[in-house]
Amino acid sequence: MLHLLNGPQTMGNGRAFWACACLVLLAALIYPVFADPYDVGNFAYFLIWVFMALGLCLMWGYGGMLSFGQTFFFGIGGYAYGVLSVDLGSAYGMALGNFALAVLLAGVAAAILGYLMIYGRIGGVFFGIVTLAVTLALAYFLGQTAGPEWAIGKARLNGFNGMQGMSPLSLPWFGGDIDLEETPLYYFVLVLLVGTYLALRMLVNARFGNVLVALREDPQRTELLGYDVRRFQFGAFVIGSMLAAVSGVLYTAWGQFITPASIGLPAAAMPIVWVAFSGRSDLTAVLVGTFVLLAAFQTLTIYSEQAALILMGVILIVTVMFVPHGCFVGLGRIAAWLPRRGRTVRRPSAEVG
Amino acid sequence: MSALLEIVGASKSFGGVFAVSDVDLSVQPGEMHCLIGPNGAGKSTLFKLVVGTYPPSAGRIVFRGSDITRAKPFARVGRGMSIKMQAPSVFKALPVRQNLHIALQDHVARHAIGAEEDRLLDILGLTDDADRPAGLLSHGQQQWLEIGMALALRPVLLLLDEPTAGLSPEETFRTGELVRRLNAEGMTMLIVEHDMAFVRQIATGVTVLHLGKVFARGSIDEIVADERVAEIYLGTPHGA
Repeated sequence: MLHLLNGPQTMGNGRAFWACACLVLLAALIYPVFADPYDVGNFAYFLIWVFMALGLCLMWGYGGMLSFGQTFFFGIGGYAYGVLSVDLGSAYGMALGNFALAVLLAGVAAAILGYLMIYGRIGGVFFGIVTLAVTLALAYFLGQTAGPEWAIGKARLNGFNGMQGMSPLSLPWFGGDIDLEETPLYYFVLVLLVGTYLALRMLVNARFGNVLVALREDPQRTELLGYDVRRFQFGAFVIGSMLAAVSGVLYTAWGQFITPASIGLPAAAMPIVWVAFSGRSDLTAVLVGTFVLLAAFQTLTIYSEQAALILMGVILIVTVMFVPHGCFVGLGRIAAWLPRRGRTVRRPSAEVG
Repeated sequence: MSALLEIVGASKSFGGVFAVSDVDLSVQPGEMHCLIGPNGAGKSTLFKLVVGTYPPSAGRIVFRGSDITRAKPFARVGRGMSIKMQAPSVFKALPVRQNLHIALQDHVARHAIGAEEDRLLDILGLTDDADRPAGLLSHGQQQWLEIGMALALRPVLLLLDEPTAGLSPEETFRTGELVRRLNAEGMTMLIVEHDMAFVRQIATGVTVLHLGKVFARGSIDEIVADERVAEIYLGTPHGA
């Protein structure tokens, strides 16, 4: 299985890449030792969004399906976690159960929506329109749930103000549950992210990923090679959407609140900006690019949120016009090309010597 | 011997106009059957009925003894058909080798895929281009790559729609040699073609379509000798 970590669908397959990756991971692991807990919590916050970006990368970059619905599933995951956590509590490992249940629920929603769209042969731009429509519908629906009648069990949905009062994630432990906040949450998210990233690398380099990129290039040709392309599109859509729900749950657990604003239009456009900017055709580019962009966005937001949003828009336009493959994919290609160029330059002199 | 592919009374109408009308056709195992006819004869429509792009308005299609009239294209491929459509459609952004890999991965054991890729690259004359994106190949090379992908599926019936479209005379000849070699190795083929020189180079059995109906059938020599076929190709109405 491990040989699938490297393959044609991922940039960075050599020893140098994995050595760098290990160094980055090591730096990430010891970072909390040097940083103060607030900054560590912030870092965790950036990492939380990366799941959603990786999900979109899988569907859009590898499978050619541009979904505007990442925040729809983010919202389902987040709200479901909130409701479950308020109603069922979080003791004795129940928090992790709620996490799994919320992601599963989003998976069921993705399966229903995905089935209707993909088996209904909705493709191309209409795929984006339908996913955007359901996202906006959910955001508006949740926005009007301010009244006391909008409650599931004890959990009030609270309209535009959003849900509050859910408990953070916690790990069951002998002497009592360990709440995952700040540094523990950071480690939890980091481990989950590394696992997700490696699993996705294996997935895209396996049979599934081969078919996914083939159908992105030419669905008809792929079908004529004997593949039921709809099954693969459906699979990618469900997995990608569940990753958005993972982000939703972690976000809700991190801040212990979620509002409809994290689902609506400005929020829904964000994953597309991150993934387009980073380079949608590669998981590593999206992982790194999304993290960098989020960190930059938050730094700017301290000065002006409006300015930060405008900058995101400018970045999207500039990327689409001048670096259509994405900035970090471009950087990755340069990094892969430099050593080769070095070798070809050196070789003649070696022969002379 | 029972036919590998049997088309019985197939018709297809678009808005009341019959592109294919009551066509019977059978392809025997080991045969290289050519479907020819002038433009608008219904060749490509009939081909698409066999592929499963759309269902026939009437009639049946039987392949290896089972009725596949309503089966989806991927299911037909799963039963042992392999198809190369008219316009070369390879995965342009992916390297040549990966194009073959995607075709091979369900049909060859994983440890043997690399060797099989090398073998096909050699047959197709694409060994030096293995790592280039398929979109950078010449038109002719893309056609061959697609034939290679079709072969990778280990089919019992290979369907080719105008494999020489857009090729130079030399490339056409090389394609003919490739097709003959495959047939000599036992591959059954149904080929839609309008290039008569190419058909003469390869065919064993020929069916001529005209205005959606079977106009003539026989060996290539009989068809070439048939004056009526020459007339429809030259555009002179029969009997005029």
